[in-house]
Amino acid sequence: MELVLSMAIGVLAASGIWLLLRPRTFQVIVGLALLSYAVNLFIFSMGRLTVGAPPLMPKGGFVNPTAYADPLPQSLVLTAIVISFATTALFLVVMIASRGVTGTDHVDGKERET
Amino acid sequence: MIDQNLLLVLVLLPFLAAIATATLPVHAHNAAAWVSGLFLAGCLLVLAALHQTVADGGVLVRTIRWVPALRMNLSFRLDGFTWLFVTLVTAIGVLIVIYARYYLSKSDPVPRFYSFLMAFTGAMIGMLLSGNILVQVVFWELTSIISFLLIGYWYQSPAARDGARMALIVTATGGLCLLAAMLLLGQIVGSYDLDRVLASGDIIRAHPLYPVVLGLFLLGAFTKSAQFPFHFWLPGAMAAPTPVSAYLHSATMVKAGVFLLVRYFPALGGTEAWFFAVTGTGMATLIVGATIALFRHDLKGLLAYSTISHLGLITALAGIGSQGAILAAIFHIANHAVFKASLFMAAGIIDHETGTRDMRRLSGLYRFMPLTGTLAIVASAAMAGVPLLNGFLSKEMFFAEAADWHNGTWLDNSLPYLATFASVFAVAYSLRFIMTVFFGPPPEDLPKEPHEPSPWMRRPVELLVMVCLVVGILPGVTLGPALNDAARAVLGADMPYQNIAIWHGFNTPLIMSLVAMALGTALYLGFAGRISTGPEGPPVLHRLRAQRVYEWLLLRLSWSWPRRLHRAFSTDQLQPQLRLLVALTLVLGGAVLWGAMAPSDNPRTNALNPAFALMWLVGAGCAIGAAWQAKYHRFAALISLGGAGVVTCLTFAWFSAPDLAVTQLLVEIVTTALLLLGLRWLPRRREEIAEDKLLPARLRRIRDLVVAGIGGACIAALAYVMMTRPLVPNVGDWFLRNSYYEGGGTNVVNVILVDFRAYDTFGEITVLAIVGLTVFALLRRFRPASESVDQPEQRRAEAQDGLRDYMLVPAVIMRWMFPVMIVLAAYLFVRGHDLPGGGFSAGVTMAIAFLLQYIAANVRWVEARITVLPIRWMGFGLLIAGLTGIGSWLFDYPFLTAHARYVDLPLIGRIPAATAMIFDLGVFALVVGATVLMLIAIAHQSLRSARLREQDAEPEQKEAA
Repeated sequence: MELVLSMAIGVLAASGIWLLLRPRTFQVIVGLALLSYAVNLFIFSMGRLTVGAPPLMPKGGFVNPTAYADPLPQSLVLTAIVISFATTALFLVVMIASRGVTGTDHVDGKERET
Repeated sequence: MIDQNLLLVLVLLPFLAAIATATLPVHAHNAAAWVSGLFLAGCLLVLAALHQTVADGGVLVRTIRWVPALRMNLSFRLDGFTWLFVTLVTAIGVLIVIYARYYLSKSDPVPRFYSFLMAFTGAMIGMLLSGNILVQVVFWELTSIISFLLIGYWYQSPAARDGARMALIVTATGGLCLLAAMLLLGQIVGSYDLDRVLASGDIIRAHPLYPVVLGLFLLGAFTKSAQFPFHFWLPGAMAAPTPVSAYLHSATMVKAGVFLLVRYFPALGGTEAWFFAVTGTGMATLIVGATIALFRHDLKGLLAYSTISHLGLITALAGIGSQGAILAAIFHIANHAVFKASLFMAAGIIDHETGTRDMRRLSGLYRFMPLTGTLAIVASAAMAGVPLLNGFLSKEMFFAEAADWHNGTWLDNSLPYLATFASVFAVAYSLRFIMTVFFGPPPEDLPKEPHEPSPWMRRPVELLVMVCLVVGILPGVTLGPALNDAARAVLGADMPYQNIAIWHGFNTPLIMSLVAMALGTALYLGFAGRISTGPEGPPVLHRLRAQRVYEWLLLRLSWSWPRRLHRAFSTDQLQPQLRLLVALTLVLGGAVLWGAMAPSDNPRTNALNPAFALMWLVGAGCAIGAAWQAKYHRFAALISLGGAGVVTCLTFAWFSAPDLAVTQLLVEIVTTALLLLGLRWLPRRREEIAEDKLLPARLRRIRDLVVAGIGGACIAALAYVMMTRPLVPNVGDWFLRNSYYEGGGTNVVNVILVDFRAYDTFGEITVLAIVGLTVFALLRRFRPASESVDQPEQRRAEAQDGLRDYMLVPAVIMRWMFPVMIVLAAYLFVRGHDLPGGGFSAGVTMAIAFLLQYIAANVRWVEARITVLPIRWMGFGLLIAGLTGIGSWLFDYPFLTAHARYVDLPLIGRIPAATAMIFDLGVFALVVGATVLMLIAIAHQSLRSARLREQDAEPEQKEAA
């Protein structure tokens, strides 16, 4: 499982980085979204990968922490998901505003000079 | 204790006045003057109430703990010296307010002027009263900043802007030096308390860092007090309105530097280095200022250089530092403030009533304004040091110190001659001021017909000139006791009482005065004609100007060099920057992790589930597909992106993170909707861009592919190594153990978010609110590209019918889903503390409920039926979250401490009811608000462009008609 997940993270990150370096705003926005998946999964996997034991505690009694998934990366990633939505929205708006102002969807606001 | 608190009142009153005047209407001249005047009068009352304490030699201290970790306390102290100084500042402040009321023209905006003036007074008083040397620097820099605003009050004029900027750069740079000096002082002494520092003179002077501290300290004081060679900013600051000049250059701004010199004399002074640096600079400034003043043609320019020279005199006295010299320095601070304020005001009256300040054009004004003329003559006599006026007394004391006091160095031996030399020029320029302006033939072609000003504009001058006379004739009765209190406060209580008298007999100082007066008169009479036809400065010397050096340096530092650096190291293009960023991350990450990346010998793994591998095969395909298609097939890329998102979401669910799975799924929906809305505004791109097939473009792509491949491989390797490491106990275990007992919830993720780490969440929702507002603000001024304004093909009339048909069933379903979704949101919210759910996911669900209505019907239909006020949702959300946090203060707990319990509800049963739930409610409301705000803002753009189309269509129809 670890091998698959880490390879998945690698593919997501590689696609994200590739798109990040592209000249069109839409490519960059998709790249950022992919990169945020990769990063979220990466942070999430820094806890322990546990199958079938969500961090929901019994009400009272002794708790053996190692029997549950690590809650801390989960809460970190939860806020990261919401924030990455917000930044995507912000970037989208900047993108369409810049498109309206400059008339192009190139990231520099003008086509490459040849 | 009342006295101590009065100190706080003293500092606060001017700032309150600043706030009060800032809120007044633009043309409320009278109201602003009254408010400012009354607040300052309040300060004077406080000072009067405190006088007895300081006259008895007491020191009032009021300390508020501010940043104890930095040993920075908001501490204020009042002794005899600061009492005198603050009284001077406040009293002249009142007069300035009265004067400014009649000086400012009707079109000048009032609130800005008075609020800056009051804030400046407050900063100055704060600086004087600070009992902590760091706080003193804070107020010191505050005076620099506010003086910038005051000098630049008429910002329409380039001279005012340049003058203000120059003053700010010079004095604020000095302020930074002063900060460094104070930090060093604090380190040497072990305390930032002013009393401790002043009492530790021996330790400081013996410390190896003493020369450094002294140098930095003096840079601060000299730049502020316009000492040579930093004097050039002061004449430039003359572009300010005259009330500002009269205030800044008489009692306040420039006096701050000499105040510091006198105040810190016990801590830093008394060494040979101090004597040479301070007295040497002071004497140089005295002579340079006096010499240049004689040759200036501008009235205020003459006064500015005269101010510089008098500051030099005070500095020289502080450098000598004997008991008499300190007393004389304090005396001259007060005297100079009084006569220079009156002279500036008189110059302002002349400028105001004649329209010019050029002494070559002014002449014979005495017959038009005899009262102002008399006042100005008396005040300039005080400036020249004529007997029976206050300027004479302190000047005599200066001469006495220069002649009597000896430490045997060459500078000391030459002091009497230098003092007399400068005094000759002082007499000459005072004489020139009077003779050219008030006497001689009547003026010709002045911009205005000269006449006396309105009486109230003259009252402040009258009062100040009267003070000159009274102090000059009866020094021992009027200012003597206060001066002795002040000098004792500086030098220690054992200083004997010094009697200030007019007549000391026919002694050396008197001879020096007489010589200066005779030679000065001769100098003026001999060269009057040549001075008025000559250049603006002494012969030869006027070509050498410190300002040139400053401008040369400023141009290099702020313009040429940065541009050269920018050209050499920077690019405007985003792609190279991002490439650099990625490459740098890879290199640095590699450098740090190299060697530490070895996989563990005994890897910790879960058995592979083929379904999981298959799932990620699809996920990876989606990711690569999105990367592949994002340029030409945006829609396909978007769908692939969604696919990758769904697989991510499933992975969260697989590895025991239900909260994440829920949130990811909901956010995925919203993101996709958002991006779909955005697609409409991008240019269509169907055919290949020709250049993309050329070799350079291919090379670029290959290079990026390599970078991306390496990056992905590194991250994958890192992830694998980290995942297979043996487990170590971490902070997460603590949260698992304590979430129920401490946070009262069984869903640990939610408890962390709303209880243990609620403050982080609070910060995060604030960010969300800011982003929402930014999106909203950016879109308010949005102008689509011309080709996107037209309605898209799919929505033209012919396509519209078909669309309506096949949207009918989904639209009805979506409409009916609305209440269901709301219930779902409520369910997610309520169970959040114990089971997967919570404010975030409930909020996004609620937002989706609204979103579906927008999708099902058109915007107008929806908005005729539901009113969503997203900004209010956000505002109330943030308020609820913040108030929940503040609520815990009521029970004496830190911000955002939560209380948890369970409540039995009929029918529903036991539900968790922690205060953290209220906080979560805030999170919920904010997430709803921000999400809906962003979506609606983008969705509304179609409406606006429809309106644009209608506007375009109208004129055409008219033409056709």
